[in-house]
Formats: sequence, C-alpha cells, structure tokens
Amino acid sequence: MNRISKTFDALATQGKKALIPYVTAGDPNKEATVPMMHALVEAGADVIELGVPFSDPMADGPTIQLACERSLAHGTSLRDVLGMVTEFRQTNTTTPIVLMGYLNPVEAMGYPTFVELASKAGVDGVLVVDMPPEEACDVDAMFEQAGLDFIYLLAPTSTEERIKTIGEVGRGYVYYVSLRGVTGSAAIDVEDVERNLDRIRQHVKAPLCVGFGIQNAEAAARVSDVCDGVIVGSALVSRIAEQADNPQQAMKDVSELAHSMRVAMDAHEALEA
Amino acid sequence: MSINSTEKTTADFNVDLPDASGHFGIFGGRFVSETLTAALDELQSTYEKLRNDPDFQAEFDKELAHYVGRPSPLYFAERLTEVCGGAKIFLKREDLNHTGAHKVNNTIGQALLAKYMGKKKVIAETGAGQHGVASATVAARFGLECKVFMGATDVERQKLNVYRMKLLGAEVESVTCGTKTLKDAMNEAMRHWVTNVEDTFYIIGTAAGPHPYPMLVRDFQSIIGRETQRQCDAQIGRQPDAVVACVGGGSNAIGMFHPYIKYPEVQMYGVEAGGLGLHGDDHAAPLSKGKPGVLHGNRTYLMEDENGQIMGTHSVSAGLDYPGVGPEHSWLKDVGRAQYVAATDDEAIDAFHKLTRLEGIMPALETSHAVAYAMKLAATMDKDQVIVVNLSGRGDKDIHTIAELDGVTA
Repeated sequence: MNRISKTFDALATQGKKALIPYVTAGDPNKEATVPMMHALVEAGADVIELGVPFSDPMADGPTIQLACERSLAHGTSLRDVLGMVTEFRQTNTTTPIVLMGYLNPVEAMGYPTFVELASKAGVDGVLVVDMPPEEACDVDAMFEQAGLDFIYLLAPTSTEERIKTIGEVGRGYVYYVSLRGVTGSAAIDVEDVERNLDRIRQHVKAPLCVGFGIQNAEAAARVSDVCDGVIVGSALVSRIAEQADNPQQAMKDVSELAHSMRVAMDAHEALEA
Repeated sequence: MSINSTEKTTADFNVDLPDASGHFGIFGGRFVSETLTAALDELQSTYEKLRNDPDFQAEFDKELAHYVGRPSPLYFAERLTEVCGGAKIFLKREDLNHTGAHKVNNTIGQALLAKYMGKKKVIAETGAGQHGVASATVAARFGLECKVFMGATDVERQKLNVYRMKLLGAEVESVTCGTKTLKDAMNEAMRHWVTNVEDTFYIIGTAAGPHPYPMLVRDFQSIIGRETQRQCDAQIGRQPDAVVACVGGGSNAIGMFHPYIKYPEVQMYGVEAGGLGLHGDDHAAPLSKGKPGVLHGNRTYLMEDENGQIMGTHSVSAGLDYPGVGPEHSWLKDVGRAQYVAATDDEAIDAFHKLTRLEGIMPALETSHAVAYAMKLAATMDKDQVIVVNLSGRGDKDIHTIAELDGVTA
C-alpha cells in the first residue's frame, strides 16, 4: 500500500479528515520550500500538494499565477522540485507528496525520465491540471508501474459519464473543484458541494477531497464535514505573497493558518462524533 | 490541373482530420482542466450537428456574401511580378473583407454558433487587436455582449484598435500577468470562460486551442482556399504552383492550405515571424525553431525553454507574436506536406513598402511576412509558374508602427 492510501486509511480509523495544503515550489525562493513542507506537516498537514511552477497557469487565479512568477524568477525547474522532494524525504518518509502543475514541464522532461525521477525522489501522486484521462491513457500504465497515483479533478459541471470514467482510472484521491472558476475565486457553498459529492460517491471509491474557495478555518471545518479531505491553496499562498521578502515570517504565517484549520477540523469532527 | 467539380462555397466539411478526439497525428487533442470539459463537449456536439446542417451553412454563406463582402478578389500583381522577375504573383485579397482581414470569416462563424447555442455573451482574446475588432464587430451585428482580453503591453501599443472595439460596444480588459501579450490574454480569456461558461461563448481567434476549436476555425477559414481554387480555374485555367501565407496561430494559412492538402502538386509555404533572426531567441517561429509541447489545450510546436516554460516572443507584428501555432500546421510540417520558413522584421518591412509602392496595396505587417517570402520564392521560379499569396489583412493599423520605424512623428 502506498503512502496516500495508508494516510487515508489511518485518518478514517481515527475519524479524522485530511488537511491538504498546497504551496508552489520555489516560492518565495528555492531554499524556503523544504522547511515550509516540514512546517506544514508540523502544523497538521496529512498530504502536501507541491506546485510545480508554470509560465502559463491557465486554471489558476492571480494568487497562484503570481506565486509561479515569483518561483520562476529564480528559475525553479521541475528537476529542482524533484530535488526538494528528495531532500524532504531524508527526514520525512511518511507524509504523501503530490506534485501539482501543468503538463508541459513534464513533456519537456519526457515521461520515462519524469516517472523514474519522481518515483526515486519519493513522490506519491501527480495531478496534472491540463491532462484529462482521455489524453493520459497512453502514459497511465507507466505511472502506475512506478507507484505514482494519477489524481484527477472533478467539477460541478462533470457529467455522470465522466464521473464514472474518473472513478475507474483515478487513484489516490479525487480532487473535487468546488466552484466554477479558477483557484482563489469565490467562497465555497457547502450545501452545493454536498449535493455534488453525493452524486460523485455513487461512482467513485477513492477518497474525495475538496478544493477551491476554502479561505479560513471555519470554512475548512464546514467542508470537512461532507468530504474526506480539504485542500487549501490560495489562502496559504497569499500569506507567502504578503511576506515574500521575509520567508521566515511567511513560513510562520502559513503554519499558523494551516494549524488553525487543523484544530477547527478536528474539533468539528469530535463534535459530530 | 483543374478543380471545378463538386465545390462548396462554405467551409470544408469533408475532412479526414482531426480524428474524433481532435488529433492531427500526435498534435491537437484536448488538454484542458476538467472545469472546461463540459463546455467543450457542448460546443463539439453543437458543431457536429451544425456543420452538416443546410440551414446553418446557408446562413453562414449569406453572412459571408452580404456582410463580409465575399468572394474576395484574386488579383494579379503585375508590377510586383515584374520586379521579382520570376513566377507570376497573385494576391488573394482578404484585406478587402469587412474589418480589413480574414479574421471576420471565423468570427461570423463562431458568432452564429453562439446564437444557435443561445449564448448571449461572447469573449475573445486579441494580440494586435484585429481579432478583437472582428469579434466586437460581429457581437454588434448579432446583438451580443462582448468582452475582449488584451495584454497590457498590446493595449498600450494598439491604442487605435482598443478605441475601435470600444466604439463597437465591447469592453476591453487589460491583462497584466505574465508577459502581458497575446498568450496571457488567452490564459485570461480561458479563466473567464471557466467561470462564466453557462452564458458565455469563447470566440478563439486562431486555429489553435482545445478540440474542437482548431477544426471549426479551419472549417470557417477554408472559404479562402476554396474561393482561390475556383478563381484560379476561372482566371488562369489551372491551379497555382505554390501558395504562401503568414503563420502566427495560423488561421489564414490553414484557410488557404486546407483545401489544397489533397493536391500535392501545389506547394504550400507557411511564413513565420523571424523577428531579429532565427539565430537568437528574438523571434516567433515555433515551427522553425521550437519543439512539440502542450499549451492552451493542444499539443503543438512551441517556443519553450529546456524546462518546458513558455518563452516570450518577438515580432514587429503583434499578430504573429505568439509562442505556439495551430496543431494542423504542426502535423503538415511533420508529414512534410507544407514547408515552414521565416521572414525577419526587416524583410517584412521591406515587403510592406514594396507592395505599397508597386501595387498601391498596403499589407498588414503580419501579411508582409508572406509577401516577403513570396518575392524571394518568385525570383527562383519560372515566368510561367504561379504563386498565390494570401493577402490576409490590410496595413492601416500598422501605419503608426511604420511611421515610428521611419522616424516620422504623426
């Protein structure tokens, strides 16, 4: 069993939900990322989504676009990101790492090289925003053999047919995009998410995690009620943006927000139980 | 060779490619986030129905005839031919279309699709502003709300077109992220579309993007090549030896090339923006110097660095200033059916002046790249041979740029 499955199994046993923070690798600089990852685990993260910066992040709002720009200003490459994972794994062998980004840096590296290096570095899952299952079918087996989970998105507009497809091919967990828009847009509508997740659960066995629009601890707690994990990106990344010149302070602010979400989610679950 | 059989006046509705999932060989496809999938499925199924619907075709034909002003003439450039001293050069006068370029063939088609789909709002991306103007124009014509995304750099250097769009009732949104040019405008239009997909139709300006866009833009623009075939038959009794068109995203070129793909005796030349020269990075020539990758929903040749990050481009013509290209061109390059070459900024500017002085036709700077290469090509060919250049747009919008280069302050 890989680290992602182990983590979700353990959480289910404890009656807890996964907290999954996203940060862009290399933001605000390359040296800041590995300490940030450790700090997030310390703050209560169960899985880390590590963003691979891309020059044209079409599915992201301004917060993550700017994070990509800050990171690329230092020339952060996919190889650098894999190096960060390798370094993180020297002292943490349990927290799952999911690389999240766009296809072109992977295409440029070449699939066999990427799969080999990612697996060796200790990556557990890959979420390529612009790689739907129809286009991934040629390389899917290669990822599976290397023990890399291909994580897919589902959206409010996904049809039943697509939900079925992704239920079949998706591994690790499914990332449910809670609203129509890009990352960092509006606030989340929990009732709407719940209705959609009920629909999705009929065809998807993998854990369902929800992202987009989760801005604070209270929202994280309410969303965690209806899903298996909560993904927080832009809210954390905007803390980094505010302290881009002071990575130490950025790390502290990000940890605080993540920790407040952890506490609120756990208190909420305890209350429900 | 004579091509006068069962010709249609509308788009090309009998094609082998793309395949059902939008691929031209390894190129094309639909590389988008799940959040756009439903919208693209809806567009695809609508278009599949309409492309074979006689009422839709008749309406498209009618708009092309009475609103766009088609057919556009095929003109023998006698003095230009004389100066080049070789093959006869004919110009397919897309510059004479309403709004002054080929862009309107596509925006009319897509606005009709929007109408059939019941969408009341349209959005578009634009670089030089030509596609923005063509979109704002058809939005006014069909009573649609229109928002145009344009890089902040382009807003600054194309003030006149920004004002034209505003006069036509469109809202122009200045995009300040990334390189602040066409690719960023396209990113931002995609972002807006994801959020407003229910009531909004995205009019993509070139034969690129996720399936079905490269196919439908190609179909709408194929009127250029089909008319050229008919006109060549009538005017010279045979088809040309070569067709030449400039390639940014490549919609005017694919419109000319596509109907000629099945006639291998007609050579096809796509002319990319060579900028300051292909030896450095200051150009916009992905087919000549790039490599295959994935951007804006399709796999195609791209200008990218060794880490797969998309590079900034340079061209004197804003309309060619794009790091990618339509996927059908990538396929035509790899199968060897079309040849892709480049003309530099200087060559294009020289061609602009030559055509203006010799024929009294002022080409757009984009188009000037095609003219520049055609002049070189003609000189290497016999006098009884024929080249057709797709004169994709007129140069009024570029007079300011030319004046600056000449040191004239207007």
